[in-house]
Order: sequence, then C-alpha cells, then structure tokens
Amino acid sequence: MWQIVHKLGSPKWFYRVSGPWLPWLWSLSVVLLVIGTVWGLAFAPADYQQGDSFRIIYVHVPAAILAQSCFALLAICAVIFLVWRIKLADMAATVAAPFGAAMTFVALFTGSVWGIPTWGTWWVWDARLTSMLILLFLYLGIIALRGAFTSRDSGSRAASILALVGVINLPIIKYSVNWWNTLHQPATFSLTRQPAMPAEMWLPLLVMVLGFYMFFAATVTFRTRNEILRRESRTRWVRELAEKTH
Amino acid sequence: MSADRLPEASSFNTSAAPLRYAFLATIRRDLTLKLRRRSELANPLVFFALIITLFPLGITPRQEVLRELAPGLLWVSALLAVLLSLDGLFRDDFEDGTLEQLLLSPQPSSLLVLAKITAHWLTTGLPLAFMAPLLGLMLALPATSFPALCATLALGSASLSLIGAIGAALTVGLKRGGVLLSLLILPLYIPVLIFGAGAVKLAIDGAVVMPYLALLGALLAAGLALAPWAATAALRLSVNG
Repeated sequence: MWQIVHKLGSPKWFYRVSGPWLPWLWSLSVVLLVIGTVWGLAFAPADYQQGDSFRIIYVHVPAAILAQSCFALLAICAVIFLVWRIKLADMAATVAAPFGAAMTFVALFTGSVWGIPTWGTWWVWDARLTSMLILLFLYLGIIALRGAFTSRDSGSRAASILALVGVINLPIIKYSVNWWNTLHQPATFSLTRQPAMPAEMWLPLLVMVLGFYMFFAATVTFRTRNEILRRESRTRWVRELAEKTH
Repeated sequence: MSADRLPEASSFNTSAAPLRYAFLATIRRDLTLKLRRRSELANPLVFFALIITLFPLGITPRQEVLRELAPGLLWVSALLAVLLSLDGLFRDDFEDGTLEQLLLSPQPSSLLVLAKITAHWLTTGLPLAFMAPLLGLMLALPATSFPALCATLALGSASLSLIGAIGAALTVGLKRGGVLLSLLILPLYIPVLIFGAGAVKLAIDGAVVMPYLALLGALLAAGLALAPWAATAALRLSVNG
C-alpha cells in the first residue's frame, strides 16, 4: 500500500504518466466549453424576467464553483504535504492557487457585470459577493505568503498551514456573512433538489461546469509538469529528458 | 512566580515542571516583560483613541450619524489596534532565541504558546475593552450599550489574539512581515467583527445580545482548541526555516 502511495507521489512517475493524459484533457475541455458556450449563448431560451442578460450565468456559476473546488484542492494538497511530505502535492498546490484566485476574480467580475441589469448596481454588499471577495483575499494571502519565504520548503509549509486555517475558517466566514446580509439568489445547483430552471437552461450550464473542471484539470496537470521540471531540474532524469528533446 | 511557591527541586529533576507551573510562569514572564516597557503597552490604546478621533473629522461631527456608525467604528479600530500589536507577539522571543527554548521544553509547546497568547490578550485586548466605553461616549453611544461593548470586545479580542497568533507565527521569520501579516489575518477576523459589532448594534436598540455573545464564545472555544496548535506548527517552521 505504502509503495503505491510513494510511487504516486514521485514527480518522475507523475511526469511520465500524465504526459499522455494531457491531449485528452485539453481536447475534452475545449469540446465541452465550445458546446456549452454555443448552446448556452445561442440556443438556450431567454429568461422570462432577465431576458438575455441571464446568459452570463454560463460563465459566472462555473467560475464560482471552480473557485471553491480549487480551495478544497489546496486544502487536500496541504494535508498530504504536511502529513506525508509528498512534494508532488505541494507542486500541485503551488500551481492551483493562482488558478483559484483567477476563477474567484472571474466570478466576481461576471457577477458585478450581471449586477447592472438585474440589481442596477455594480456592487452590493451581499453575503455571497462578500464571501467570494474574502475568498479572493485568502487566495492572495496564500500566494503572497509562499512568495515571501526565501527557502522554498518553508514557503510551502507556511502556505499549507495557511490553506488549512483558511479552509476551517471558510464555512464560518460564509455563515457569518450570510447572517449579516443576503440578497443573492440561493445556489444554482444542489444534489438534493430539482434545479429551479428548465432543463434547456441548466443542461448547457452543466456542460459548462464540466468543461471548466476539465480545463482546471488540464491546466493544473500541465503547470504541475512544468513545476516538476523546474524543481527537479538538477536530477538526472530531467537532464536526460532535456538532452533527448534537443 | 515567587520562590516559596515553586515545587521542590527534585520534581524538576525527574522530567519536567508540572504543566500548570510552566503555563503560569510563561504568562508571568510575558506580563513582566510587557510591564517593564510601559510605553509599548500603551501604544495600541493610543492608536485606538487616535483612529476613533479621525472618524468624526473625516465623516461628520453630527451625533446621530456617529451613533449609527459607532459600533462598527469602535470594533474596526480595536481590531486594527490588535493587529498592530501582533507583530511583537513572537518577534523579540524569536530574535533572542527564547522561542527555541520554549519549543524545546518538555511541556507541550502548544500550551506554552497559548500562555503567550493569553498574556498578549491580557495586555492588549482586555485594556482595549475597558477603554472602549470612554471612546463610545465620545461617539455619542448610549450608556446602555456599554456593557455589551465591553463584553463583546473582551470576548472577541481573545479570538483576535488567538487567530492573529497564527499569522504572527507564520511571518515572524520574515524581515518585513507586517503588511503580509495583515493580508493573512484580516480576512479571518471577519466573523468576529460581524458578531461583535452586531451585538453592540442590538444593545443600542435595547435588544437581547446573548445570542451574539454566545456565538462569540463559540468562536473563542473553536479558536482555543485549534489556534495554539496551528500557531505552534507555524512557529516550528519559522524557527527551523
């Protein structure tokens, strides 16, 4: 059992195995994103209240879901890195943090653009907007803390501790902010109940969410591979690889 | 700790001083050090008063507006004052090597770290809580809300010290950790701010504040259980790195 875990945690093994996945991940994400975008923007029916402006949901909701999933990934990587010292987990966390921050920003930006036709203002101090903003600050804190250390290992451990502290605090922040003020509509997707919109509206959204996840997987895998090459640039297998490609 | 209350020398030799003694000795040491530098002790309080002075100048001196804003202003200013004092929580001990001794000592280090945090709260958060009604008076807060103001600040600032200790421990090894510290810690302070300021607002309206106090207590309980542990892990990393 432990042998398998250590094999899975070996950067060299991951580099070798993930290579063939990449084209599949990229093409799957492009196909899903194209289908979802065209379906959502051109074929899905317009909303009876909001008209065409609701179509921004096809970017807004997937980005918001990804922003939160990415933080969960950070926390899982942090546990794996702190407990078992598996470097691969930290490499994934290093590259996933900027991605999560970007998704949070996209969710905030699209939400604010959407706010103009629906609420008549760019920004309201609503609970879910505010907790997304706080999520963005948490991401920025983790990225900044990692960068502040001169030793990479210290930076990795500090960022991992902060990610864990953040993930424990995130639900508390979310609930306290909810208590404080709520204007936003409730979550679009839930596992336990029927979506409030018709199927021809939420199916393209589902495709978009899956597309975003595939894009996430592809980006993180691709950038983790780069990070592996960067950190292991002194090992023999990376040198041999570099000589082979030259 | 006075000499006559110390345990017999033999009990030191066995393995470790009892935890209770080590905990109290750490608090006592930190308090002594703080009390020897009184001006530093007063800095957060002066800062608190100064920030509160700036708000009427920047917004308006009208009493009804100030009364409306007072709970938030007092809480945000107190929060910033705590934040300002956090950088010194571990800094001196880190530089003169005391922190290494603390982490190497046979007692569980997270409890000794908790002792340091307690001393920090006793010298920062608690004085701020006692000073708040005076500044509240200047912001035209009704006197009926003073008990709630003191209670929420005393309870909440303990959580602020606990959460802040994690950030202070993470950044103590960095040369210029101050700005980074606020970036790390301020988002985590939001729940305390919401419940603290919310309770004072309720108190102004004459409503029951117990539910909010209970929530602040819950945050404190969670912080007491988890924060010293995380701060110790961060200190280990700062000392080794």
